[in-house]
Amino acid sequence: MSSEQKLASEIISSAGIESDIFKQKDIAHLLIHHDKVVGMHAVDGLEIKTEQIKDGIKIDLRLRKGTKVKNPVQMCFGMMPKTGVQRIVMNAVVEKDAEIHVLAHCTFPNAVDVQHLMDATLTIEENASYTYNERHVHSEQGGVKVVPKAKIHLGKHARYITDFELLKGRVGLIDIDYETDCDAESTLEMNMRVNATGDDIVKIREVGHLNGAHSHGVLLSRVAVRDNAQAEVYSELTASAPFARGHVDCKEIVQDNGIVSAVPIVKVNHPKAHITHEASLGSVDSKQLQTLMARGLNEDEATDMIIQGLLR
Amino acid sequence: MGILEVKKLNLRMNGKHILHDVSLDVWEGHVHALVGTNGAGKSTLASAIMGLEGYRGVTGDIFFNGENINDLAIDERARKGITFAWQEPARYEGISVADFVGAGIPKDEADKEAVIIDSLSKLGLRPDDYLNRAVDETLSGGERKKVELASIIAMNPPFIMLDEPDSGIDVATLERMAEAIKILKAKGTTVLLITHSLAVMKQADHAFLMCDGQIIEKNTADKIIPYFEHNCIPCIHKNKPDIEEAREKIQ
Repeated sequence: MSSEQKLASEIISSAGIESDIFKQKDIAHLLIHHDKVVGMHAVDGLEIKTEQIKDGIKIDLRLRKGTKVKNPVQMCFGMMPKTGVQRIVMNAVVEKDAEIHVLAHCTFPNAVDVQHLMDATLTIEENASYTYNERHVHSEQGGVKVVPKAKIHLGKHARYITDFELLKGRVGLIDIDYETDCDAESTLEMNMRVNATGDDIVKIREVGHLNGAHSHGVLLSRVAVRDNAQAEVYSELTASAPFARGHVDCKEIVQDNGIVSAVPIVKVNHPKAHITHEASLGSVDSKQLQTLMARGLNEDEATDMIIQGLLR
Repeated sequence: MGILEVKKLNLRMNGKHILHDVSLDVWEGHVHALVGTNGAGKSTLASAIMGLEGYRGVTGDIFFNGENINDLAIDERARKGITFAWQEPARYEGISVADFVGAGIPKDEADKEAVIIDSLSKLGLRPDDYLNRAVDETLSGGERKKVELASIIAMNPPFIMLDEPDSGIDVATLERMAEAIKILKAKGTTVLLITHSLAVMKQADHAFLMCDGQIIEKNTADKIIPYFEHNCIPCIHKNKPDIEEAREKIQ
């Protein structure tokens, strides 16, 4: 086995993905370890170009007009060493009428002092669809600093759905900054789910501009902080066109000495636009907790079950 | 001696005397109804028996199977074999029906999945349709009540308190509920129904008539129900019960 194959195998295994997926010809994939591409496979209509840059990789991804990629594209970004920096610069274009679903696995299982920096620009053209599920595996020490930034543009009737989920390990520091411009009739959904413990720090900035008529946007955040963890969630949604509709939904649970702040900003610049907002911060809901305790779960078990549900 | 004995229970909340010297015995394997109009103190009494937050500051004693449980937390009371279903069940984001119904199943149960499926089926909930659904606002109020009762059937405790089991549900669901209560009784489960509904009361063997935070009379359900129907709907005493007169009429 070559060193690249070995690294690819380690990344796949640490991300908890079935390795057979990467042998299938109808499933596109891109595997990156630190600043090296250790596996890549494209399918018809999908172009992936990569270029090594300092501490990372620049990726140009283009999905050709009308291409509907049947199976989710598997992307893995990993760092096996305990220390280091990984920088990913991505420019993705989903052309008119095309559809793609990306499963991005970010895995840093041994991290003591690792930085994962992502700088992405996404253009989703008219009537195209891009779904991006980002799943993280971190070390138990929490020695990871994850800083993903993305600028997204949705064309007319385009659709962009993203969710961020930490599957395993401690957060460390997460500093997310996603901003989206939405043209007419487009749909935006951004979902962030993070469970912070120890001295983890979570910063989330999610912004949506509903610039086009009949555009829709939902910004959802679910954050649980325990021990001495801290979280700041900034969600901003602006509706500036007739019949633009949006909803901002923050639910943050605080336990122990955790601190959480949520700043939801909703702006409406057109009399026929409408945005709603819902937020709850604080302890676990008393009725939920007592119902589970009345089934015999102790307070910690009941709290865990409620938080796991919230982050699912 | 009953499975549950409440002796001279008093509860004051925010300066108000809510429960007045409440005493009652609940008999093992029987269905009981705690009957009264809105505000009589029925749910408060059940909440105090379960030890819910805000209802722990009682004086008097609560015995379960002969053991004083006044100082036990909710989960400790549950592990002794007491549980409670809320009038308006909680909603849970992201928790599936399977996980919720399975939450109270004893850890040593070998086939947890079979118990969950059986419990849902008893309430007429097709497992294929419900197991993976979340216990959230996508379920109707009636469905959530059935899921809550399924979770209690799965837990299989010896003593169950159901607060207004018929509120917000349709006739067909009410029939299912009644069937479920019969199943529980057949299994030897002791049930306390908290209700002001005549349809629900009729499922009980015994009844406690409650008014203004007091137990007015304890008797068989068939004696309490006619009195309740003619004197309490609407209340002819304006919630200032004439206890002696009530007892005389019932007896």
